[in-house]
Amino acid sequence: MNLKFKNKKISGILTILPAHEVSFEQEMGNYNFPPAKSLKLKLAMGYNKHRIVEGNVCASDLCVFGLEYLFNKCFLKKDEIDALILITQSPDYFMPPTSNVIQGRLGLNQDVFCLDINQGCAGFEIGLIESFFLLEQESVNKVVLLNADVMSRKVSKRDRNSFPLIGDGASVTIVEKTDRDLAIYANLKMDGTQSDALIIPAGGFRLPSSPETAVMREDENGNFRSKDNLVMKGDAIFNFVQTEVPPMIARLVEFAGVRMEAIDYFIFHQPNKFMLHKLADKMKVNHEKMPSNIVESFGNASGVTVPTAITFNLGSRLLEKDYKICFAGFGVGLTWSSILMNVGPLGFCEMIDYK
Amino acid sequence: MENKILNILGEIRPEFDFRISSNFIDDGMLDSFDIITLVTELDKAFCISIDGVDIVPENFYNLETIERLLVKSGAQK
Repeated sequence: MNLKFKNKKISGILTILPAHEVSFEQEMGNYNFPPAKSLKLKLAMGYNKHRIVEGNVCASDLCVFGLEYLFNKCFLKKDEIDALILITQSPDYFMPPTSNVIQGRLGLNQDVFCLDINQGCAGFEIGLIESFFLLEQESVNKVVLLNADVMSRKVSKRDRNSFPLIGDGASVTIVEKTDRDLAIYANLKMDGTQSDALIIPAGGFRLPSSPETAVMREDENGNFRSKDNLVMKGDAIFNFVQTEVPPMIARLVEFAGVRMEAIDYFIFHQPNKFMLHKLADKMKVNHEKMPSNIVESFGNASGVTVPTAITFNLGSRLLEKDYKICFAGFGVGLTWSSILMNVGPLGFCEMIDYK
Repeated sequence: MENKILNILGEIRPEFDFRISSNFIDDGMLDSFDIITLVTELDKAFCISIDGVDIVPENFYNLETIERLLVKSGAQK
């Protein structure tokens, strides 16, 4: 599906990452593989260190921390917020919606439209598209888009497929109306026939958690996990990304009537460095235009990787001027989505630690 | 080309003799993570970038399929 929006903009981005940092070497002993082999993989995949929450820190804790920071810095006022969209796969509860919990904890106006969306690696793009839809309403002028996940709590520490790359974090993106008449182009596709490629099998109503679902079992590759843990068919996901993402970007630039060379940055979801380099090579994009340093620096926090890549790599430069940026996210669902838009100058674009 | 490939394979899994197998995957000599390391090393050694859609097990069954993949990816024999 192709989508086009006008008179909308991002006006600020904040990333909130747990201060707790763990290195690949510290955890290598948890995996059922020879250290030499794990170290070779570390180089190829870009594993290095990741930020993960401690104890029972939840998605709402990271979001509230970030929003209070913005209120205290006067980057955002409570009474300006018309909608609060939270994209997460790790809600505080099945019910109520975590966005309502956040609204309550912050004492926001009852007119604020709170909405939870269950999405993962394409969560930043899906959240932006939802924000643009809401901003079509006369009564909605400012949307607070929250991306937050604490998936480390659902990944087995003995799963070398997933644990080294997982990260936790949150981001706050302010999306609002603007008089500037620049078009925003977007597209998205979904394929539910492959919904088991990235899944937490137990814990929902289909298979409630029980002592049986908590039993750790070894898979054919020597990883240990239970049905309560996230499981990823790595080969299928890799193949899906390499097959679907380059044509998606080709369709987007054709729809927008823009040449690839005219795009300043390709800020893509970051599952691992290897996958991104392969995408960049296929699309003939210079690696410097497609940053791939988030997994090695912070871990992959699903929909938070794109805003983290923006704040970490572009940061204060986006306070000065605007750049034409192509965003792309791909993963659970399966879902893949991309957006081409001008971003900047922003009111704020920074990262803070959650302590 | 074959010797270069054998050297790289030997670095990744020194415990195996890759000359005597016709299917590295079925014989348990390469797993999916080995393939990622192998692709990274082959890209460097032959100054190419193997297309992501070609990173599938059947292209890494044996020396012949790897050689064919390298030629397809632009490596000089």
